Amino acid sequence: MSDKKKFMFLNRRAPYGTIYAWESLEVVLIAAAFEQDVSLAFVDDGVFQLVTGQDTTGIGMKNFSPTYKTLGDYEVRHMYVDKASLEARGLSADDLVVVPWEDWETEETVDNIVEVVDSDKLAELMEESDVVFSF
Amino acid sequence: MKFAIQVNEGPYQHQASDSAYHFTKAALEKGHECFRVFFYHDGVLNGTRLTTPPQDDRNIVKNWIELAEKYDLDLVVCVAAAQRRGIVDEGEAERNGKDATNIAPRFRISGLGQLVEAAIQCDKLVVFGD
Amino acid sequence: MSDLHTVNKSPFEKGSLDTCLRLSKDGSSILLYEDGVYAALAGTSASDKVTGALATKKVYVLEPDFKARGLKAERLIEGVEMVDYAGFVDLVDACDKVQAWV
Repeated sequence: MSDKKKFMFLNRRAPYGTIYAWESLEVVLIAAAFEQDVSLAFVDDGVFQLVTGQDTTGIGMKNFSPTYKTLGDYEVRHMYVDKASLEARGLSADDLVVVPWEDWETEETVDNIVEVVDSDKLAELMEESDVVFSF
Repeated sequence: MKFAIQVNEGPYQHQASDSAYHFTKAALEKGHECFRVFFYHDGVLNGTRLTTPPQDDRNIVKNWIELAEKYDLDLVVCVAAAQRRGIVDEGEAERNGKDATNIAPRFRISGLGQLVEAAIQCDKLVVFGD
Repeated sequence: MSDLHTVNKSPFEKGSLDTCLRLSKDGSSILLYEDGVYAALAGTSASDKVTGALATKKVYVLEPDFKARGLKAERLIEGVEMVDYAGFVDLVDACDKVQAWV
């Protein structure tokens, strides 16, 4: 089997107004079975996907935001959030979900794999990846 | 080059499927290998055999079918997205109690793993969306 | 080698071109296609985006989409190169990978 590829899932849309956010997550969950190096990037309105306290009872749609908290169990090691997108929307890291991660073999733990990064760093990370999925 | 294509939008509403088709056709004519065309989100709607587009305009579904026939293309429609949007083959009809099927010839319904596999196996993934 | 970034939405409709330009590295290539071709027109409020990008990146426009929209070659921003679908394929072949900014 060939070496792992670095997958980057690019999320640029808000949740619920369109289905892209949820269906993108469905690909991430499936990708876990393929043991690749999976990272997610949240840019533009994609940062809204990680906002806590989502309550969808009034709109009759499934609230899928709890799924983000479990991504550490799905081989996701990095969730990068674009700083410029966050700030333009009046948000900070405090508004976002916390996603813990643990390596079951080494027992290494990370309290939160959600990481706010600046444009230069994110551009670098996107370029270093082998495949970018856009939704 | 071995490439994979992802089509995120349905026929006619957006240009995505047209662009993907023209790109895929050009690549195949140049002798490149297309491992798979994966239809996701509303892209699954490209897989219905029931469209009747106007005579004086392109027939998007037919274009994909003819390209698949000429080059033995693997046209895959995502099962989860297809279930949501009502694209049904025999297996899905039986499993989900539907009284009809509408999948177009040369298209097949399969899981998201097919997209991930394509991304792993190919040199390039090209995504067409909105 | 470097990445090919594709932009298919009009700069007047969506911020996808802006985000693409911000998050693409120097030396990368940008392909404007579908409604994205409007970004390649000189003399608009969005022209500076592409003019600025040309300093450090290559910018291409898909000719069939440009012509479909009735746009004239004389209005193409200087330095932007026209390609057809075969050229689009060549750009994909030559790059490390494609990043799609839809």
